[in-house]
Amino acid sequence: MSNSTEKIEYVSYLDHKGKYKGLMAWIMATDHKKIGLLYMYSIMTFFFIGVILGLMMKVELLAPGETIMKAQTYNGVFTLHGILMIFMVVIPGLSATFGNFFLPILIGAKDVSFPKLNRFSWWIFIVGSIMAVASQLLKDGPPDSGWTFYAPYSTTTGTNVIMATAAAFVLGFSSILTGLNFIVTVHQMRAPGMRFFNMPLFPWSLYATAWIQLLATPVIGITLLMLIAERLFNIGFFDPNLGGDPLLFQHLFWIYSHPAVYVMMLPAMGVITEIIPTFCQRQIYGYKAVAISSLAIAGVGFLVWGHHMYTSGMSDEARWFFSLLTFIVAVPSAIKVFNWITTMYKGSIDVKPPFLYALTFIFLFIIGGTTGLLLGAVATNVQVHDTAFVVAHFHYIIFGGMGFAFFAAIHYWLPKMYGRMYNFKIANIALVINFIGFNLLYFPQFIIGIQGMPRRYFDYPAQFQPAQVLSSIGGFILVIGLILMVYNLVKGARSGEIAPENPWNGSTLEWTLPATPSLENFDEEPIIKENPYDYK
Amino acid sequence: MANNTTHTIEYKTLSIVLLVLMFLTFVTIEITSFHLGALTVTAALLIAGVKATIVMYHFMHLKYESLLLRILVAMVFVLFILIVVITFIDYAFR
Amino acid sequence: MSEHNAIHVEEHRDDEASKLGMWLFIFTELLLFGGLFLVYSIFRMQYHTAFHESSLELSVTIGAINTIVLLFSSMTVAMSLTAIQKNDQKRALIFIGITLFCAAVFLVNKYFEWGGKIHHGLYPGSELMALLDRGHHLYFSLYFFMTGLHALHIIIGMILLIVCLFKVKSKNLNNKDYVLLENGALYWHLVDLIWIFLFPLMYLLS
Repeated sequence: MSNSTEKIEYVSYLDHKGKYKGLMAWIMATDHKKIGLLYMYSIMTFFFIGVILGLMMKVELLAPGETIMKAQTYNGVFTLHGILMIFMVVIPGLSATFGNFFLPILIGAKDVSFPKLNRFSWWIFIVGSIMAVASQLLKDGPPDSGWTFYAPYSTTTGTNVIMATAAAFVLGFSSILTGLNFIVTVHQMRAPGMRFFNMPLFPWSLYATAWIQLLATPVIGITLLMLIAERLFNIGFFDPNLGGDPLLFQHLFWIYSHPAVYVMMLPAMGVITEIIPTFCQRQIYGYKAVAISSLAIAGVGFLVWGHHMYTSGMSDEARWFFSLLTFIVAVPSAIKVFNWITTMYKGSIDVKPPFLYALTFIFLFIIGGTTGLLLGAVATNVQVHDTAFVVAHFHYIIFGGMGFAFFAAIHYWLPKMYGRMYNFKIANIALVINFIGFNLLYFPQFIIGIQGMPRRYFDYPAQFQPAQVLSSIGGFILVIGLILMVYNLVKGARSGEIAPENPWNGSTLEWTLPATPSLENFDEEPIIKENPYDYK
Repeated sequence: MANNTTHTIEYKTLSIVLLVLMFLTFVTIEITSFHLGALTVTAALLIAGVKATIVMYHFMHLKYESLLLRILVAMVFVLFILIVVITFIDYAFR
Repeated sequence: MSEHNAIHVEEHRDDEASKLGMWLFIFTELLLFGGLFLVYSIFRMQYHTAFHESSLELSVTIGAINTIVLLFSSMTVAMSLTAIQKNDQKRALIFIGITLFCAAVFLVNKYFEWGGKIHHGLYPGSELMALLDRGHHLYFSLYFFMTGLHALHIIIGMILLIVCLFKVKSKNLNNKDYVLLENGALYWHLVDLIWIFLFPLMYLLS
């Protein structure tokens, strides 16, 4: 490596010439920024496949009875929609894309600790994704167990469950390695002078997320292995006929999958925590509270999995205990919302697309969060369990929360990733369409859920039709908004105006770099501020 | 330049650790031959815990690692125990 | 500490980071097995008589021998690290060799143990297994699943140590740069750690 005293000529990371050319230069890249982009491209591709599947369901639900597909096809479609969106889009979504791109930059490092491991994680992510898609195409037919793979149905159905679970296992491995890499990076790679408590808050949330990825994912790994063994050898862990316990599968599954919700949400909260201070030009309110609340969410989030199982036949003691813990985990989330809103107070607010997306996030997250409390209480949960109400709730959290945070992040960081700017007006129009479409799509499902519309049903009584039609129309509006948004972003990235170094007047480290960073980010030692958000 | 930071442990120390571990294994086998129900299980698990701690502390050099790493290791075990205990809240009262 | 890190970045080698990474990977492995221990403890509570009877089928002697073999190999791998730190290449090779030998002994023992069960028609998916009552069935399912996964980890550990062996031979692994052996040894100790819990739970608690 070159000595730090000699002046390094600036070359954008996008123009950097390595050993390989063309496509290979991307596949073999170890630069965290390129790997971040690779994740983004693949995740966006899977996202749109998932959107098409979702839209197919919405068309099917336009009228009672069979509309465009058979019931069994519908089961396959919602299963793949779930697997794709959960394991391939929202879990890696923010941490692998923006985490990879911006974690090293935000802590003043030149790369992650293990760049080759990072590349390897992306490779196995792709292998896992190919396996997940293959499970749909192989001869036994698409898995129809839902993304939750509940036993004993998943151990007895004749469809390609083994392939799908193996895919989830491989994807989990990729997630573990990303988490491992990030934890070591945060511990070892911080620039001189960067202590834990003057790190920006996005790295804080990624750090908490990484711990969940590292410690929760192996539990689902072993569970899926047991499920595969159950199908192959009849080992009987989850089969009541052999003395096993299907509830045990649910326990093990949610020991991972509930913390996984925080793998999706924590980085989303981190992104919002970066955006709000920048566009309000104000110091984040309660820096330490926000930082610690990330760790608190990660910690308590491990212990609340049972609230997915209130109607499964758990003991009463377990139900009230999980309910209690669920209410506790809501506290740190609420602290964050409170702090975002307080940060805006007396700020000089600059209404730009990233900020509007962040506001939309807060709005949708509050709806999703408060309906989550309804579901966390045993008494109301048993009424609406497994209804469209639950579907609406988690789409408000995951899509309205994580999804809109992802959009906010793209709009915020695109000028730093590509050195170009998108059109603000189109971005705002797309946001309005997305907002209307989203609420029209999911809000009616709260109502029919309370009225008793079960989830995962391909048919329904005629009384639900008006709400279902409204919801489907919302789906189409949302897709139009998404296409417009992506069109605007792609056009901006390819041929938009050249962006300045610091278009939003942000104070964190990425804005001190050239519009597109160089290969090793910091050609000179970065100057670390005592306070990452030192606005007036 | 190398940046090795690991402490060197003498052969003698390692041999003594092995003897202690073997002794504890022997104790476990002896204890479990008494059938005292839950008490036997507790004793066997406690001894296994002690053995695991010794392996981590000496063989895995945890004794010479940073306080942070030691805390993290402890955290992982605490987390696992919490998960087991909470699962048992369901199974014990069902 | 932070100044220390800056130097590491320059030379793109950070042994502290590699070691921390290995520890984190060990955490992952511990929770992987943790899931199985959770399953074990729940079924043990529900079917304790059957678990008690089934565990009598296993030979405590073979289990005890394997325990001692593994503990011994754990010591030798730790000693190989000591030898490398003292720049004693020859001893390091011998100690890694002994560790690998112990691993092989463990696997051979396991092979005979499994072989005996399979010979009697006792293996997952067999007709005999289907005839067993629930508790016995679950016990032997768990036995094969847990010891099988553990044996898989032994094999992975062996591969890691074989790589170390060749690197020590070619002097790429020396007293200036031995983090690979350190990590290999850490992984090997993990295998030992898991066995420390498996042994009493599977063989002894009857």
